[in-house]
Amino acid sequence: MTDYNFAYLDEDTKRMIRRAILKALAVPGYQVPFASREMPMPYGWGTGGVQVSAAILTPEDVMKVIDQGADDTTNAVSIRRFFEKTAGVATTTRTAEATVIQTRHRIPETPLREGQVLVYQVPIPEPLRFLEPRETETRRMHALEDYGLMHVKLYEDIARHGRIATSYAYPVKVEGRYVMDPSPIPKFDNPRLKSEAIQLFGAGREQRIYALPPHCRVESLDFEDHPFEASKADHPCALCGATGSYLDEVITDDAGGRMFVCSDTDFCATRRGEAA
Amino acid sequence: MYVAVKGGEAAIDAAHGWLAEERRGDARVPELTVAQIREQMTLAVDRVMAEGSLWDPDLAALAIKQARGDLIEAVFLLRAYRTTLPRFGASVPVDTGAMLCDRRVSATFKDLPGGQVLGPTFDYTHRLLDFALMAEGEVPPARERTAEPGPVPHVVAVLDREGLIQREAEGEGPVPDLTREPLELPADRALRLQALARGDEGFLLGLAYSTQRGYGRTHAFVGELRTGTVTVEVEVPELGFAIALGEVVLTECETVNQFAGSRTEPPQFTRGYGLTLGRTERKALAMSLVDRALRWRELGEDFVGAPAQDEEFVLSHCDNVQATGFLEHIKLPHYVDFQSELELVRRLRREAAEGATREAAE
Repeated sequence: MTDYNFAYLDEDTKRMIRRAILKALAVPGYQVPFASREMPMPYGWGTGGVQVSAAILTPEDVMKVIDQGADDTTNAVSIRRFFEKTAGVATTTRTAEATVIQTRHRIPETPLREGQVLVYQVPIPEPLRFLEPRETETRRMHALEDYGLMHVKLYEDIARHGRIATSYAYPVKVEGRYVMDPSPIPKFDNPRLKSEAIQLFGAGREQRIYALPPHCRVESLDFEDHPFEASKADHPCALCGATGSYLDEVITDDAGGRMFVCSDTDFCATRRGEAA
Repeated sequence: MYVAVKGGEAAIDAAHGWLAEERRGDARVPELTVAQIREQMTLAVDRVMAEGSLWDPDLAALAIKQARGDLIEAVFLLRAYRTTLPRFGASVPVDTGAMLCDRRVSATFKDLPGGQVLGPTFDYTHRLLDFALMAEGEVPPARERTAEPGPVPHVVAVLDREGLIQREAEGEGPVPDLTREPLELPADRALRLQALARGDEGFLLGLAYSTQRGYGRTHAFVGELRTGTVTVEVEVPELGFAIALGEVVLTECETVNQFAGSRTEPPQFTRGYGLTLGRTERKALAMSLVDRALRWRELGEDFVGAPAQDEEFVLSHCDNVQATGFLEHIKLPHYVDFQSELELVRRLRREAAEGATREAAE
């Protein structure tokens, strides 16, 4: 391991990132600018999450990397290999055994506990971005707690479709203050944003870090007469029979055949008693 | 140590092996050397160094070889290497007035001190494929002439003496470093220029062209365009004077633009500025036009809504390593998000159909 510093980043960079993380934990839901580095993987492929993980990893950590809930998707494999190579940490696919879990688009089904850290890869950290493209404007809106635009958008959804037509990256309000993008997790996962674990969000290209400390109050935006609803495909898992887990739809033939299986591969394999 | 292995891993290894073979191409054709790329693909090397923000012709040539000639991929390789290098400090500002120019043209004056030097330019070549290059063979040496001695002053300095061109304020404080601090908007001009200098040539070209076609027109004349070698010096505190670290090739472009004047300022010319690593003339020209367009606020001009005037738009989107990464990430799996969209659309359609049936029944 003489070629790289532990976990690739130099110690000064890690310190800079840790400071941003601490600030993010102190102001839950607030997007802290940080001097994101160029990483040896492309922007948009998890560089924010990788930098956050690199800054918090210790040699004793056991790491799990998932993408779409699965440990064996190619980018998850690539990121896990990166840390095996540059940090030499132990890796696992078992949610319960991991101390640091880097994820893209899912929260593991198995509830996380104190002492675990969930690191999210974030493409667009700004929940207001698609309502207002200018960063200068959206920062002002957060500062003034001016979230009217977001409520109008959700209301327009209801007016047009009869319900809120946001199914992933569903915005939340943190500790009654900042509106936050939970990254593109399905809204099914939103209730599990309130957790015993530390949750860190890293957006490399957009140079932002934000966080949810343990037990932090996280509310999905909704209206009294249109309460938030965590939805999923209305099927049991075809492999393990679970009825309460988020499902991927797999097309099995070209005649409309399909099956639904758990997106969380570790959860599903454990239920089937064949965890790797 | 427990290592998690699944199917994706074998696929990745196989893909990398195939990539390496494709990069090499037909083994009956001799392999390209890094030195050949460095010496014969010089403009590609220069572009990679400029957008990679690193002066190292050998590494840039290596990156081009490794990237199979995909220059944005090569820029990315160089950037990822650069980010691991420690930063010791900033150099003394390079003196482009003392540049050893091998090209220097002005479009605003027919002749001037230092003369017009075309240098090794494509400009007046006829773009006819030279089939002779398909056969191997050496080119005859170019004709040599001793350079005229004497300084090569900046053209705009001539206008400056008459007060005809707007004065530039001296930069204050430490030099900002986009690679070490997050970009915060609004950005000052130094930071803007830094972002443009490493921005994508094609993006800047398109923006600059759009200003010429009326989207934030600035009426640019090329006051001067020069390419050549400058010495990079650093102050060493222990020594108390600057020492030369080495030389780099730069391209510098200063445009002279019209300015109608305002209530407080009489009419005068204004400037746009481009400075890029290597022989990257198109980029330096484009940069100077975009720089000028971005200065509308400081010069009291109107914001006409042109993309090239919009600092946040330009700075947020000019970096090709960022842009290509985010663009290409949509190749990654998105089954989870897509699944939730599928559920939603199915549900909305079901509700719409039920609504229609209800209405028909009523």
